[in-house]
Amino acid sequence: MPAVEATTPTIRKTALNGVHRQMGAKMVEFNGWDMPVEYPSAGGIMAEHNAVRTGVGIFDVSHMGDIRLTGPEALAAVQHISMNDASRLAVGQAQYSALLYPQGTFVDDVIVHRLGDDDYLLVINAGTREKDFNWVRDNTRQFNCKLEDLSDNFTQIAIQGPKGVNLLQKLTDANLSAVKFYWVTRGTVCGLKNVLIARTGYTAEDGFEIYIPADEATSAKVWNEILEAGKEFGVVPCGLGSRNTLRLEGSLSLYGHEISDTINVWEAGLDRFCKMEKLDFIGHAALSKAKADGLKKILVGLEMVERGIARDEYKVLDDGGREIGYVTSGSPAPFLKKNIAMAYVPPEFATVGSTVKVEIRGQGVKAQVVPTPFYRRPRKI
Amino acid sequence: MPYPTDFKYTKEHEWIKSDGKSASIGITSYAQGSLGDIVFVELPKTGSEITKGKTFGSVESVKAVSDLYAPASGTVTDVNGELNTAPEKINEDAHSAWLMKITLKDPSELNSLLSAADYEKFVAEEGAK
Repeated sequence: MPAVEATTPTIRKTALNGVHRQMGAKMVEFNGWDMPVEYPSAGGIMAEHNAVRTGVGIFDVSHMGDIRLTGPEALAAVQHISMNDASRLAVGQAQYSALLYPQGTFVDDVIVHRLGDDDYLLVINAGTREKDFNWVRDNTRQFNCKLEDLSDNFTQIAIQGPKGVNLLQKLTDANLSAVKFYWVTRGTVCGLKNVLIARTGYTAEDGFEIYIPADEATSAKVWNEILEAGKEFGVVPCGLGSRNTLRLEGSLSLYGHEISDTINVWEAGLDRFCKMEKLDFIGHAALSKAKADGLKKILVGLEMVERGIARDEYKVLDDGGREIGYVTSGSPAPFLKKNIAMAYVPPEFATVGSTVKVEIRGQGVKAQVVPTPFYRRPRKI
Repeated sequence: MPYPTDFKYTKEHEWIKSDGKSASIGITSYAQGSLGDIVFVELPKTGSEITKGKTFGSVESVKAVSDLYAPASGTVTDVNGELNTAPEKINEDAHSAWLMKITLKDPSELNSLLSAADYEKFVAEEGAK
C-alpha cells in the first residue's frame, strides 16, 4: 500500500497560505488542503466570478500536482497511460487528457504539456496527487523514461479572464500574443527567469497559468506584483468557490463529481479527448466493449425551470417521481444568472429539451436538459 | 457590525425583534457574512405554524444551503416577498432584511435567547475557532 495513506492526514498549505489569510480570505479544507474559498474583500464568489468573465482574476492553484516524464520513451509512456494522442503535440503544446483504469474509468483527468522533444509535464488534481503518481510510476516501469513528482516545486498561479493577457504581458518579456490557447512558453516573469507560462485554465475563459518557485517569499512577491499590475484591469483575487462556478458554467469536469473511478469516458461525454485509433492505452479494450454494449447513463446539463437550486448529489426524478439519476455538480451560475447543474441520467432522458425533476428537500422541482457548455466565451475575431 | 440591543439572538444565528405579542425574524450579520452571496430564500406560507428550535425554511448562498431555526413558536402573519427577487438585501443589511413576521405563541420563550452582548461574545468565539 502507498505509505502516504497510512500517515496521519495533516492539512497542507500552499506557499501563499499566509498571503490569503492576510488578505482576509475565507479558508476551507479542500482535498486535504487549506485553501481560500472566497475573498470577502474582493466582493465574494459572485464578484470574483464576474471579474473573470469580464476582466481578470487570479487564483492560487499550487495544490495541483505536477508529474514530469523525460527520456527516450517518455512519449511511449505517456501514450500508454493517457487517452488522448500525445504524439500529436508539438513542443510547446498542451492537451486535455485523462489517466484511465483498465475498466475505462478515471484515475484522474490531466493536462499533458510537451515541454521538449522527450519532455512531458502532466498537471493533475490536488486530491489525487499520490494516487496519480503511484499509478503513473507503476504503469510506466517498462519504458525507458525518468519520472519526477514536481508537485511541491511550484507555486502555480492562474491569471484568468479576457484581460489576463494584458495583465501578464506587463510582467513578462515573453510575447504572449504568440502563445495560442493550450500552448506553453517560457519567459521572465516578475524578474524570475525561465518561468513556464501556459495558456490554460479551468474557468472556460482565456487565461494563463504560471509555474514559479514554491518558496514563500518569491510566491508572495509575484502574487502581490500581479495584483498591483492588474489594478488598471480591476483584477481581483479569487478562491475555490468561483473556480467551481466558473468551471461549472463551462461544463468542465471535476474529479469526484462528473468523473470518477466508476464513470467511463463515454458516460462522461469526453469522447473527443479519447483517441481510440491509438489502440493500446490502458482502458482501451474496456472502452471498445462499453461502446458496443451501449450506455446506461449519460452526463447532461440541466437548467432549473422552477424555483430551486440543484446541488451536488441531489436525486434526479422522472415526471412520475421515480429516481432516474443524480446531480454531480449544481449551483447558481453567477454570470448566466440561472440555476444550473450537471447530472447523470439514462439515455432516454438525455435529449436536449427533456424535462426531469430534481429532488430538493423532498420536493420534485422541474428542470430541463439543455445544451452544454452552459457558457461559451466570446471568441475574438 | 453592531448587533441591535432591542433584538434577541439564537446560537443558530437568527435574530428576533418583538413587541411582546408579535415579532420579526431574520438572520444575523454574522450569518450572512459566513454564508456569502445569498441567492435563495425559502420561507413558510402565511398562516403556517413554526416551533421554537425547529427548522422553518432555508437560505442558500452560491456555495451552501443553510437551515433556518425558529427562535420562537408562533403563527406566520407576513413573509418578506422582496427576498424572492432580491435575496441580496440580506447581505446588504441583515438586521433590517426581515424574513417573516409571526404572532408569538408564548412570549416568555424569548427569555432564554441571547442578548446582543451575549451573541456578540458567542460569534467572537465562533470566529476564533
